[in-house]
Amino acid sequence: MDGFGWDIILQSLPKLLEGLWVTAQLVLVSGLFGLLLALPLGIARSSPRPWVRALPFGYIFFFRGTPLLVQLFLIYYGLAQFEAIRQGPLWYLLREPYVCALLTFSLHTAAYIAEILRGALQAVPPGEVEAARAIGMGRWLTLRRVLLPRAAQIGLPAYGNEVILMVKGSALASTITLLDLTGMARTLIAGNYRAVEMFLAAGVLYLIFNWVLQRLFRLAERAMNRHLREPPRLVQQPVPRVPSGLDPPL
Amino acid sequence: MTRLKTLLSAALLVAGGLALTAAPATADPLRIGTEGAYPPFNEVNENGELIGFDIDIAKALCAEMAVECTFVKQDWDGIIPGLLAKKYDAIIASMSITEEREKTVDFTERYYTNKLQFIGPKGADLTITAEGMAGKTIGAQRATVSAKWAEENMPGVDIKLYDTQENAYLDLEAGRLDAIIADQLVNYEWLNSEAGADFEFKGEPVFENDLIGIAVREGEDELRENLNAAIKAIVEDGTYAEINQRYFPFSIY
Repeated sequence: MDGFGWDIILQSLPKLLEGLWVTAQLVLVSGLFGLLLALPLGIARSSPRPWVRALPFGYIFFFRGTPLLVQLFLIYYGLAQFEAIRQGPLWYLLREPYVCALLTFSLHTAAYIAEILRGALQAVPPGEVEAARAIGMGRWLTLRRVLLPRAAQIGLPAYGNEVILMVKGSALASTITLLDLTGMARTLIAGNYRAVEMFLAAGVLYLIFNWVLQRLFRLAERAMNRHLREPPRLVQQPVPRVPSGLDPPL
Repeated sequence: MTRLKTLLSAALLVAGGLALTAAPATADPLRIGTEGAYPPFNEVNENGELIGFDIDIAKALCAEMAVECTFVKQDWDGIIPGLLAKKYDAIIASMSITEEREKTVDFTERYYTNKLQFIGPKGADLTITAEGMAGKTIGAQRATVSAKWAEENMPGVDIKLYDTQENAYLDLEAGRLDAIIADQLVNYEWLNSEAGADFEFKGEPVFENDLIGIAVREGEDELRENLNAAIKAIVEDGTYAEINQRYFPFSIY
């Protein structure tokens, strides 16, 4: 047990990468499902009507106010306590720890994304909404063409942050028998007792994965906010042709 | 002359300091690491106190050695790293003496003997071979002899690893597992509980002579020898049999 086991890290790398792949799946799929679920939640949450706001408020209140581990145990061990669920049609899905983890992570991250979305929707300058209404856009068209695209630009950095938080949160999947990166590291330690080496290697892999995610979000941000980056140049513009009767495409 | 004196006294101080740090843990309480999630051997009762066979044995050993003992609760898969990191000085947590672990820690003589045996739902037809278990799901606690046995002897069978034995039992009840492999005595306790009423042992024990010892850091021979002497003493004076009787109607030594 002397010295630092570089060779052991090297030997364990294929297994650890296997674990990283499970972690990546859990985070990316739940990040996507969470976003889809957060859309209606966030929109309803920013509604001026209190009764529309109430349901997403309760949802967000619960999922932001309780630890992810508790939610995971409630869904994995908790639901399985009920005979009705074990006999029910969804048991073939809920018996799988992978499905339980995806479900919990999606529900959990959706609450945070919904709050991000609410903030972003409310941060869209009122003038832009008024302009949309002034040219005759209805409520849904304004939402689709103006509010959501603008909210996406505003909320993207915060969403990227939430995905990275989920990468770290996903380590809890190891508590329900999944062999994600943390679970794999712990299982390897059970065989080789090299806790420092294994956790260090797992930590570096998390770091690299998060760094890649960060770069991707940075690229997406730059693409979305292109118009903010380059100031208009002061050159002679050609005189635009007058559109022929039809509205110009937006 | 003064310089020589200073040098001498400095050397004495250093030697004294060394002697102090190398002194056995008689002055300091002996810190014992245990898991606290492995009934009936070690668990936490509703008052938050550690109880169980391991705890009773540990207390008897401390009384025999006339040292004060404190307990440190530590999750199972970090229990050897915790010992190496000097969070405690000995592990009394139903740890099997294995060749693999002996590369890292030293063990005392056994303080009880265990077997590994499968359990499953009553009436379920399980053949305890790799072929017989093909397509089934087996549960075991991570970093245990049981988990290792399953991985080595049940190739191709889906093996799920749990942080605690209790969580594995929850999943057996929920029907996510077809069988669990664990220490026979722990299974015995669970089968006798309300939760285990619908389950039973499956097949013969797959591994006998699973010796359970106390782990100490390598090279701590004095502590190990003291513990060995204390185990011998409590077995001989009947303390052991009395503790054994509290948990099992048969001898597990």
